[in-house]
Amino acid sequence: MAEYVKPIPLADGTTRPFWESLKAHQMKIQRCNDTERFFFYPRGLSPYTLSDNISWETVSGRGMIHAFTIVHQNRAPGFVDELPYVVAMVELDEGARIMSNIIDVTPDPEHVRIGMPVEVVYEDITDEVTLPKFKPAS
Amino acid sequence: MSALSGRTAIVGVAESDKIGKVPDKPAIMLHAEAARSALAEAGLTRDDVDGLFTAGIQTTELGEYLGIEPRVTDNTSVGGSSFVIHIAHAATAVATGRCEVALVTHGESGRSRVGMMPRPTPPDSLRGQFEAPYGLPQPVGAYAMAASRHMYEYGTTKEQLAEIAVATRKWAQLNPKAYMRDPISIQDVLESRMIAWPFNLLDCCLVTDAGGAFVLTSMERAKDLRQTPVTVLGFGEGHDHAMISQMPSYTSFAARQSGKTAFDMAGVNHGDLDLAMIYDSFTYTVLLSLEELGFCDKGEGGDFVSDQRTAPGGEFPMNTNGGGLSYNHPGMYGMFAIIEAVRQLRHDYADEGVRQVSNAQLAVVHGTGGVLSSAGTAILGRA
Repeated sequence: MAEYVKPIPLADGTTRPFWESLKAHQMKIQRCNDTERFFFYPRGLSPYTLSDNISWETVSGRGMIHAFTIVHQNRAPGFVDELPYVVAMVELDEGARIMSNIIDVTPDPEHVRIGMPVEVVYEDITDEVTLPKFKPAS
Repeated sequence: MSALSGRTAIVGVAESDKIGKVPDKPAIMLHAEAARSALAEAGLTRDDVDGLFTAGIQTTELGEYLGIEPRVTDNTSVGGSSFVIHIAHAATAVATGRCEVALVTHGESGRSRVGMMPRPTPPDSLRGQFEAPYGLPQPVGAYAMAASRHMYEYGTTKEQLAEIAVATRKWAQLNPKAYMRDPISIQDVLESRMIAWPFNLLDCCLVTDAGGAFVLTSMERAKDLRQTPVTVLGFGEGHDHAMISQMPSYTSFAARQSGKTAFDMAGVNHGDLDLAMIYDSFTYTVLLSLEELGFCDKGEGGDFVSDQRTAPGGEFPMNTNGGGLSYNHPGMYGMFAIIEAVRQLRHDYADEGVRQVSNAQLAVVHGTGGVLSSAGTAILGRA
């Protein structure tokens, strides 16, 4: 694997189950059991009730594009070589939203659309870290 | 809260000695130059200042550099809206007797990057974990993503966004201090380099070096000073997220609340206003703010700015200094929206034809900070 030069996330004690689930090519996010609502990013408590009554649940990895941009200018290492590319908010079927890239799509507003169904792709960027990317649903 | 309305006034404003490209001055000197000039304009001295407000640097650093030992200190730093929020905090502090003369300063070497603190994103920070890996350029990509949602929900077009950039450039042509003064057309905006769809280059603010400052004191004291006082009639502030990935709705933000709070305190209606200074980091920032402040219904921002309604001579004078899009945008522009509103309300441009908004009596100043994260709104009036 060529050297990975983009920012590599580093888990903390409250987010580690998310990153470990991705490494196993699953996606676990948290649910508030008081309200039965999912939330993301991971937190040490429910953002809806401030309660500890939260749990990690495996989710489908399916969702749809809620908002997006097509990046044409970014001098940062790694990204500069991939212009243009798509950054989007994906609304998961379970309700939470996650930022990611949409891959395997022509980076053009004629081909990327809000409401488009997408599914997760696990991208192993290092031996330790896997990113959740999304592609148009098959 | 209405006990705070009309109790205080802005009595001096200034930019740094030079704005635009200032490679020989560190950021803190831009604060200092603006502070010195704003005090001189008011007819006050450094020794009169007993309240100190700033963002971007620490008030301790600013006080040290200027030799000021305040008894009220406020470092509220929530992005470009901070200085509008400082109006609220300073007016409250003065009206309640905690201090008498408040100095609010800004300074950023946004272009030359002299004396600026680095803003790293540690890999275990929330942004480092949940945004940085995906290469969203900040802040432009964040605002672009939000704009995509408005286009989807309401049919807002790139041409409508471009109307804002074109009208704002027309105001810049009247301002000798503006950084970009060549006329542009809607076609020029649409054909400028794509930065982050749906934004082309001319949908985006400048990156400059500049400082700004204002001085605020009680109405009683203001009456004895040099300038026509500009009264603080209403203010509001708020925020609803920090990172764009956490924004609850991409077509609504804290301006909805801060605006209503400010209008209610001032007891004025939208139709009463002569002038609007609306933070324009990007064209979409303006369009969304106008809706959120209640100048038009939700989704009608595009129509509201069409046909150059906000240009010189238009029905709705807006961003009359040329804005962050064409005059000056060092990073946290809110200070400069305040300075312009004050100058318009004092009729400083009375000899400059259409640049002076005719008989300006009431203005709204709205600041947006972060990535549509924070909002500060103030209603100012000619005393």
